Amino acid sequence: MSNELAISVSDLTKQFGDFTAVDAITFDVKQGEIFGFLGANGAGKTTAMRMLCGLSLPTSGMANVAGFDLYKESEKIKRSIGYMSQKFSLYEDLTIRENNRFYGGIYGLTDQEIKEKTQFMLKHLHLESQADTLVKALPLGWKQKLSFSVSMIHDPKIVFLDEPTGGVDPITRREFWTMIYEAAHRGTTVFVTTHYMDEAEYCDRVSIMVDGKIEALDTPAALTQQFDVKGMEEVFVKLARKAKRSDN
Amino acid sequence: MKQFLYFIRKEFYHLLRDRRTLFILFGMPITQILIFGFALTNEVKNSRIAVLDNSKDDATTAIIHQLEASRYFDIVNDLNSYTDLEPVFQEGKIRMAIVFPEQFQESLLHTNTAQIQLIADATDPNVANTLTNYASAIILDYQNSMRETEEFPYTIDTEMRMLYNPQLKGSYNFVPGVMAMVLMLVGAMMTSISIVREKELGTMEIILVSPIVPIRVIIAKMIPYLLLSMVNIASILLLSVYVLDVPINGSLLLLLFESFLFTLTALALGLLISSISDSQQVAMLVSLMGLFLPTIMFSGFMFPIENMPIPLQVLSNLVPAKWFYYIVKDVMIKGTGLETVWKETLVLLLMLAVLLAISIKKFKVRLE
Repeated sequence: MSNELAISVSDLTKQFGDFTAVDAITFDVKQGEIFGFLGANGAGKTTAMRMLCGLSLPTSGMANVAGFDLYKESEKIKRSIGYMSQKFSLYEDLTIRENNRFYGGIYGLTDQEIKEKTQFMLKHLHLESQADTLVKALPLGWKQKLSFSVSMIHDPKIVFLDEPTGGVDPITRREFWTMIYEAAHRGTTVFVTTHYMDEAEYCDRVSIMVDGKIEALDTPAALTQQFDVKGMEEVFVKLARKAKRSDN
Repeated sequence: MKQFLYFIRKEFYHLLRDRRTLFILFGMPITQILIFGFALTNEVKNSRIAVLDNSKDDATTAIIHQLEASRYFDIVNDLNSYTDLEPVFQEGKIRMAIVFPEQFQESLLHTNTAQIQLIADATDPNVANTLTNYASAIILDYQNSMRETEEFPYTIDTEMRMLYNPQLKGSYNFVPGVMAMVLMLVGAMMTSISIVREKELGTMEIILVSPIVPIRVIIAKMIPYLLLSMVNIASILLLSVYVLDVPINGSLLLLLFESFLFTLTALALGLLISSISDSQQVAMLVSLMGLFLPTIMFSGFMFPIENMPIPLQVLSNLVPAKWFYYIVKDVMIKGTGLETVWKETLVLLLMLAVLLAISIKKFKVRLE
């Protein structure tokens, strides 16, 4: 893709009282990149991601998301990003079509656009026959894939995925990553957190957070070489073991 | 604007698909009105009483007839002696007994005074009081009718008039109370639950990440419950007028406007609750303990505020339902207009403004 930066962060910090959840992190994400954002539980990755999405106000530091300043242009950022949280976030008492209409609607899509998107999505996920089924009746794997599609309904420049594959089976995970690749192929920047190290290997570059700081940032291949180990799993364990913070 | 309509549509889906809750929400005002109207009433009807008539003359017969003719009493026992009294009370067969002494009419005609004894089962003091009052009134009636024929030299007549509610119907009192209760419950509890549910589900995060303006989220959340509340107001008023014969003496338009105002206050309270609670259970508990109970206790519809200790009287001023209750009583029962309730209306408006300001400010655009 291009060399323009999708996300640019410098010295971004978040404090909760005396506790520094995110400690002056600095990194860049290129456009169209799949960026893996790793870290043990409590390392601060969710907090960092929430700041970038505008869900949490930074204590200090600078950040530029999709070309907009995090402090001054948060409304423009909101239009340019998609977000999928750890929790499954579609409405269970609404049908697939109704969920699409709602999420498309709050992003200001027209009826026609929503219709087309929905059609495309249903076809892509082979869910045509389920369009008017209540979401609660669907299996978890489908819900998760649907959730991802919905977070992309407005064609965001960047999509933030917070542990998107938690609790789903390996086949669905694989399918999910196929979807991520497709999105990246279309030029969407993917910013993803995960606990699965095999997934880390799928990323273009990964960063590893320990105690609120970024301890390593490179391609998976370079990292394994740098730490002289066989895979990302060992890189992660080596770094995460240094953590002084306990699991929150 | 379209964004906003999509949101409202979604809220209606939630509301309409949750059949059980919907049923409760629509059914509640109806059952409340019916329960209060027919079961929980202070009025006493068809109470079983016994008569011990030791005189059996024209006067006692006439009084007994009048008692029996009233809808308050059913005479179930004719007793023959004092000793029979205790057992029938103990068995709970009667609530009151009326005892005429020997030569009742004789003494009435010759000495101008005669005594009747009313013996009531005071295990329930309120009922006992009511019954003796009813009976006294009937006896007084009889006395008055006698006075028309026999000329007594000196008499003092006490004439009582019960203003606005001559039949002393309980429904005049509780219809405004039920309105306050239902509107508070639907407005505050349901709004807070529907917002907190989104927090619990995680969908609130997605909404906050999206470009929709928070004030629109708030309004979209309120509109379905505002409509629902208006339907409830209509059903309460219809039942009151056509089933319980409680009139709407004042302006219907003013009454609806005040109800609308009170509903908005309840919605604002719900919004405030939603911003301080993280789970649906907490929201529900806070609504029940923090709003519903005070509404019942401090609006003056169950317990007279005048009888409370001063600190509680002061506290009651903070309860929106108290002001609404005054307003509805004035407008609906007394038939007065805005000129008598403008102060209470201003209080409600002020409460609404303050609550909305606080809760909109507290509604978190950014989650911490």
